[in-house]
Amino acid sequence: MQIEVKNLSITFEQDEKKMTALKDISLDIEKGEFVCLLGPSGCGKSTLLNAMAGFLKPTEGEIFIDGKEVQQPSISYVTIFQNYGLLPWRTVEKNVTLGLESKKVPKEEQKKIAKKYIEMVGLKGNEKKRPRQLSGGMQQRVAIARALAVNPEILFMDEPFGALDAITRMKLQDDILNICQTAKKTIVFVTHDIEEAIYLADRVIILDANPGRVKADLRIPLGKNRDRTSDDFLRIRDKIFEIFHMKKEENIEYYI
Amino acid sequence: MKQIKHGIITFLIIGIFWQLVITVLQINPALFPSPAGVGKAFIELVTVGLKGSTSGLPLISHVSISLIRFFIGYVVAAVVGISMGLLLGSFPTLFSYVNPLFQLLRPVAPVAWMPFIVLWFGIGNIPAIVIIFIAGFFPVVLSTASAIQNLDPIYHKVAQNFGLKKGVYVLKIALPAAMSQIITSLRLALGTSWIFLVSGEMVGAQSGLGFLVMDSKNCLRPDALLAVILVIGVIGLLLDTLIRLIEGEITCR
Repeated sequence: MQIEVKNLSITFEQDEKKMTALKDISLDIEKGEFVCLLGPSGCGKSTLLNAMAGFLKPTEGEIFIDGKEVQQPSISYVTIFQNYGLLPWRTVEKNVTLGLESKKVPKEEQKKIAKKYIEMVGLKGNEKKRPRQLSGGMQQRVAIARALAVNPEILFMDEPFGALDAITRMKLQDDILNICQTAKKTIVFVTHDIEEAIYLADRVIILDANPGRVKADLRIPLGKNRDRTSDDFLRIRDKIFEIFHMKKEENIEYYI
Repeated sequence: MKQIKHGIITFLIIGIFWQLVITVLQINPALFPSPAGVGKAFIELVTVGLKGSTSGLPLISHVSISLIRFFIGYVVAAVVGISMGLLLGSFPTLFSYVNPLFQLLRPVAPVAWMPFIVLWFGIGNIPAIVIIFIAGFFPVVLSTASAIQNLDPIYHKVAQNFGLKKGVYVLKIALPAAMSQIITSLRLALGTSWIFLVSGEMVGAQSGLGFLVMDSKNCLRPDALLAVILVIGVIGLLLDTLIRLIEGEITCR
């Protein structure tokens, strides 16, 4: 077990009112697993991710990573954000070396590592560009390269492709799967896109809102190289629709 | 280029109109000098200095004295303001203690401190420098601190995640992220500092452009007074243009 969440509850205070974002969540994530946290907006999926990544303190309960209680963010589990979090005044290369600088890696070594990961995310030749000269998809690739450069055990991804157009998004989904296979990382991926979750994950954890809690925990019994139009894929999608009560079978009652 | 052309045309029209009004209405040059009179006074200032002045220095000496005072005061204000702004912006609680004091002192015109300054430092360079410092310090420190506090929280998250220490975060991430706002405040501070330099020198100095204003008044020379006023304006304009160029250079990168 790499990540253990035990009876986690998180409440926020908003205008003197207590808001329960997450209530009594327990789950385990294995090393090397690709887990998607799926749910509608406001179900607390990002809150859960932020708590696992150490950005938020649990109100109740505990989170352990590799047996150690999570107290603060760590360079061994890196978060990728929807809005990239790149430093606009730095070049692509300098963005990728950010984490290496605090690890006190020697300069030439930093360059070598940056080169490797910039190539891995398909941005070779863009080392000297600045983030605003790149498209959204390319900027997110830079953020991914920056995260991989410090060789973390876990990648936390908070709706990383949410701001991208559908085609770029599918391309990046394939890329993250490839990267995940070559670099062998545990990935916890927040999304509200059902197909994205089925396409990527070994396991989909479905959250429900008010208060945020686990509604279902599904293994996705599909192999590598998934086909979005295959019967198996659609069957799983149907099942998730059912869990969200989005199937309209009841309508038959009103048939005349 | 277009702006410069338009500016020149405006000044030409004003000059012609001004000379016309003076000649047609036969205005007493002791009340308001003519452009030609101002020109003559300007040449006098440049070549031999104001006749009957106690200082006896030519214009260029006064200008360079003023500029040196200005740069010392302004650079100290910028360095102290930015460093304190970084510190206060990174420690919001400390800022909330200090801020009321700043808000109380900020609306006080720097020249109001003049009696104290003269009392402590005497007359000369220091009072003018202190006045410029006070004028430049507040806008820089306050906008640096608020820029740091209002940075996108993602920068802090990224820094935390990659294990950057607080000091490294401030220098490598917060400072460059807040740079464009800091530069804007430096530009505003430059303008106000130049304004207060003149008032500082009017009271606490025996040289410089502000002193020259008082000197022209005491010598009953409205033509020289107006020439000095125009020189002050032109230098202010040049300084502003200069910092705009630097600002463009930095923010374009």
